[in-house]
Amino acid sequence: MKPAPFDYVAPRSLDEVLEVLAERPDDAKVLAGGQSLIPLLNFRLAQPTLLVDVNRLPGLDGVAVASDGELRLGALARQGRLERDPHVAERAPLLAAALPHVAHPQIRNRGTLGGSLAHADPAAELPAVALALDARLRLARRGGERWVAARDFFRGLFATALEPGELLVEVALPPPPPRSGFAFLEVARRHGDYALAGVAAAVTLDERGVCRRARLVLLAVGDAPVDAGVAAAALAGGPLDVERIAEAARHAAESEIDPVGDIHASADFKRHLIRVLAARALAAARLRAEAA
Amino acid sequence: MSGARRLAVRAEINGRAVAREVEPRRLLSDFLRHDLGLTGTHVGCEHGVCGACTVLLDGEPVRSCLLLAVQADGHAVETVEALGGEQGALGPLQEAFRRAHALQCGFCTPGILTTITAFLREHAEPTEAEVRRALSGNLCRCTGYQHIVDAVLAAARSRRDG
Ligand SMILES: Cc1cc2nc3c(=O)[nH]c(=O)nc-3n(C[C@H](O)[C@H](O)[C@H](O)COP(=O)(O)OP(=O)(O)OC[C@H]3O[C@@H](n4cnc5c(N)ncnc54)[C@H](O)[C@@H]3O)c2cc1C
Ligand code: FES
Ligand code: FES
Repeated sequence: MKPAPFDYVAPRSLDEVLEVLAERPDDAKVLAGGQSLIPLLNFRLAQPTLLVDVNRLPGLDGVAVASDGELRLGALARQGRLERDPHVAERAPLLAAALPHVAHPQIRNRGTLGGSLAHADPAAELPAVALALDARLRLARRGGERWVAARDFFRGLFATALEPGELLVEVALPPPPPRSGFAFLEVARRHGDYALAGVAAAVTLDERGVCRRARLVLLAVGDAPVDAGVAAAALAGGPLDVERIAEAARHAAESEIDPVGDIHASADFKRHLIRVLAARALAAARLRAEAA
Repeated sequence: MSGARRLAVRAEINGRAVAREVEPRRLLSDFLRHDLGLTGTHVGCEHGVCGACTVLLDGEPVRSCLLLAVQADGHAVETVEALGGEQGALGPLQEAFRRAHALQCGFCTPGILTTITAFLREHAEPTEAEVRRALSGNLCRCTGYQHIVDAVLAAARSRRDG
């Protein structure tokens, strides 16, 4: 199908974008990579009257390392570019591991980091990564801006903390503590499809190999990425051995999610996948932390 | 019916400067096919899944069904029509596909050729696994992919051998 008619502007400055969004908060839609929005327009599942194309904005697609070691990613950075970026590989290995699972190369050439986070598909990889890495998101509006933690940003099915008139402009990832390791695993019907279930894991060890902190975030098993905080907290203070990892994975799969089955995977199958993937991801993250 | 203003698109399409006015909602795929008559670009699904509409935007493969024509303003687009040889002859990649029986109905072929053109520019000596990964965003209902992989590996070899 074809999109319904709309007006279109492609401002060349951030102020102009924020001005348009402030003037038309209810009927303007931001067009970033378009890899989720244009399918919605083609199917007429969305019929905005004004598209504000941000692709001609300069300076919002950068990758920079701040003086405190924080990785600063422009919201308009394309997923394909981040996949090949050496700073991302070095400072955000979890993001680097997740990116190849996002759709196909041709789609990552257009799709943006900010678009994926703002769209907030519960099966998307990047929201889960943002949550697992305790990302902070900078939201700009006419006359101001605010920072929101990832844990406060994702509100539910395709719902975020973005208010009408706001633009996500930057994502900040804190530097990984020493002796940290990460892993991202998912199962999809074909490579590049949205996940049936997936897991982002991060662990930090002390000098003796005892787990100081673990994060386990699950995707495609709830309305938003699920922080399996109880299972992860139980791992701190002890060794990351097979039994404790298996127990954490079992707890996450049985008590921290309430998946809804669909034609591709029943709720039971999703729980099974989470249990297996969580155990594998935690074990892989531990090995990488030991090698770090 | 539409109150939307028509907007200018000035782009380089297959090396030629093109200037047109379009409705903002015009998809790049429809602009190429209907406004410019470049029907080599195929439209299968119109939501990014099949890959038949893949073209090169400033050298990078992208879905033309997920771009607005106005977004190509100021950019260079290459379609499958740019991949032929002199006077209607097949280009080297197309010739490799013909030799290896890498197409049957040919619906998927334009999107695969554009995708692989960009891939071979960056991968002079691809492995079979790399080729399969490069093809992962293009659906083919006919061939089972094996002959497509063979054709891409053969094209890479003959590029190296000059
Ligand atoms: C065939 C196919 C397969 C896919 N598979 C996957 C997959 O496996 N995993 C996955 O995660 N994604 C997948 N995607 C989606 C893809 O990753 C999109 O790129 C992403 O979801 C949206 O990013 P975008 O830049 O394209 O945003 P757009 O499509 O331009 O925008 C999406 C939404 O976010 C809003 N928005 C965008 N940027 C901003 C901003 N800076 N501030 C405020 N609001 C903003 C828009 O208004 C819109 O509502 C797939 C897409 C296709 C077509
Ligand atoms: S028509 Fe564009 S991907 Fe199928
Ligand atoms: S040759 Fe028929 S779809 Fe590929």
